[in-house]
Amino acid sequence: MTLDAPYIARIALPGQFVQIKCSDSLEPLLRRPFSIHRVNGNIEILYETVGRGTEILSNKKEGDKIDVLGPLGNGFRLPRTTKIEPRAIIIAGGVGVAPLVYLAEELAKKYIKTIVLIGAKTKDLILCEKDFKKAVPEVYVSTDDGTYGSQGFVSKLFHKILKTVESRFDTVVYVCGPRGMLKCIAEICQERNFECQVSLEEKMACGTGVCLGCVVKTKSGNKLACKDGPVFDSSELLW
Amino acid sequence: MNVKIGKIKLKNPVMAASGTFGYAREFEKLVNLKHIGAIVTKTITLNPRAGNPMPRICETAGGMLNAIGLQNEGVDNFIKEKMPYLSKIGTPIIVSISGNNIDEFFILARRLDKIKSISALELNISCPNIRGEGWSVKGGGLVAQDSKATYEVVKAVRKVTGKTIITKLSPNVTDIIEIAKASESAGSDAVSLVNTFLGMAIDINTRKPKLGNITGGLSGPCIKPIALRMVYEVSKNIDIPVIGAGGIMNADDAVEFILAGAVAVQVGTANFIEPGVCGKIAKGIEDYLKKHKIDALQDLSLT
Repeated sequence: MTLDAPYIARIALPGQFVQIKCSDSLEPLLRRPFSIHRVNGNIEILYETVGRGTEILSNKKEGDKIDVLGPLGNGFRLPRTTKIEPRAIIIAGGVGVAPLVYLAEELAKKYIKTIVLIGAKTKDLILCEKDFKKAVPEVYVSTDDGTYGSQGFVSKLFHKILKTVESRFDTVVYVCGPRGMLKCIAEICQERNFECQVSLEEKMACGTGVCLGCVVKTKSGNKLACKDGPVFDSSELLW
Repeated sequence: MNVKIGKIKLKNPVMAASGTFGYAREFEKLVNLKHIGAIVTKTITLNPRAGNPMPRICETAGGMLNAIGLQNEGVDNFIKEKMPYLSKIGTPIIVSISGNNIDEFFILARRLDKIKSISALELNISCPNIRGEGWSVKGGGLVAQDSKATYEVVKAVRKVTGKTIITKLSPNVTDIIEIAKASESAGSDAVSLVNTFLGMAIDINTRKPKLGNITGGLSGPCIKPIALRMVYEVSKNIDIPVIGAGGIMNADDAVEFILAGAVAVQVGTANFIEPGVCGKIAKGIEDYLKKHKIDALQDLSLT
C-alpha cells in the first residue's frame, strides 16, 4: 500500500516503522505498527491480512485518507565507513521482507556490496524478489518445501552461501522474520563473529515508548521494541 | 477553564493519566505539552521494578488489557534522570507513586516532598497487576480494596508532605464510596477514579491466557459507563475534588465526567492512539462551554 506521506518519506530510515489507525471508529481501538517498506517521495507498507486492522486496510480505496504516525523507532545502522571492505547480507523470512527492501535500496545507493537471501514456506510466499533484484545483483531464494530455489530453511541457505562467498569482507547481517529464524541466524553470526542486526516484531499499544507493552529482554535490561528498536544488535538480546 | 485541586492550579481540567504518558519527554516532539492541564508521570517505586512477563498488552472489544507491572527505574533514577526535564515543561507535574508497604510510600513521599517542581503526588494504591506483593491486606488484595489500608497509606503520606495528595482509587471494589471516604478522612486533597478494571482474555487457538500475567487491567471506551457511574456516586458523597477517568477519548466524554461531578479528568488509553489528544480535549471542552454559553467550568452541572 502506498501512502502519500511526504514528511515521513523525507526523514524515514530503513527499519523504522509507522503506526496506522486502521479505522476511524473504536474498533479496532489501537494503531497497528507497519515497517516502512519502501520510500520514494511516498512511503509504502507491505502487509499480510491477518486480523481486523489489516482487513480494514485491505478494503481501502485509492484516495482514502488514513491517519499515520511516524516515522518511529530506531532503524538499521548501515555498515560503518571505518570498515575496510564492508559487505551486507540481508536475510528475509516470509513477510520479514517488509523493512528490508528499503534497506537494500539504501545500501545499493552507498555502493555497499550486498547479498540478499529470501526464505519462505513455499514458492507463493516468496515476496519482493524482483524489488531486491532491482537494487542488488545477488539474490538467492529458498523454500521450506523446495518448490522454488533451494530446499530448506533460509538458515541452511545462509550456511551454503557462506561456503561459496569470499571471506575477506567485513560482514554485517540484517535479518527480519519469525523468531526461530532470527535466533538461528544470530547464532550462525555469532560463530562467525559477524555483526548481526535483527528487526523484531512485537505487539504494541502506543509505539511511542510510553505504555511499556513491547518489552524486549536484553543484556542491559528491559528495552522497548518501539523506541529502542525495532532493530537490535543480536548479541545484545536475551533470546 | 481554570481548576483548583488542593494547592495546585491547572489552566485546564485535562490531565494525562499515569502510565500512559511516560515521563513526558517521550512526547516532546509530538505534543505541545503546555496545552495539557497537568501531567501525571508513570508510577515510580522506591526500588527499580522490571515489570511483568510478556505479553503485557492485548486489545479487546472497545478497549485493551495491560499487565505492565509497574516497570520503572526507581525513585533515585527518577529524580536524577527524569525530573530535570519535567521541571522545565511549565505544566504542573503530578508524580504517581506506589509502594509495597506503608514505609515505602512514606519514604517516597518524604523524598519527593523536597522537590519544588513537583506539584502533587498521586498515590497509586490501585494497580491491579501487582496483587499479593508485600501487602498484608486481606486476601492479598490491593490497598484500594481496603478502607483501613487506604486510610493508613494516605495518613502516612500526609505526615511527610504538604504537597497536594491525590489518591487513585480502584473500581474493583464493592463500595468505592467507602474507600473514597477513608482517603478523604486521612487527609487526601482529591481522589482520582477509576484505575483499570481487572480483566482477562484467552487465545482459543493456543488455549492460553493472552497476557503473561494471566490477568490485567481493562481500560478504554468500554469501561466508561461504569467509571462514570462511580464518579457520580463518589462526588455526591465526599467534599474533596473528584478527578474522573475511564475511557475518555474525546471532549464529549470529558464533559460527561464533569457533568457527573468531576472537577477535572484524566485521559489514559487515548494517549496511545493520539499523543496530542489531551490538548485537543481541553480545547473541545472550551468550545462546548462557549457553545452552551456557560461562563466557567465550575458552572457546568447536571440539569
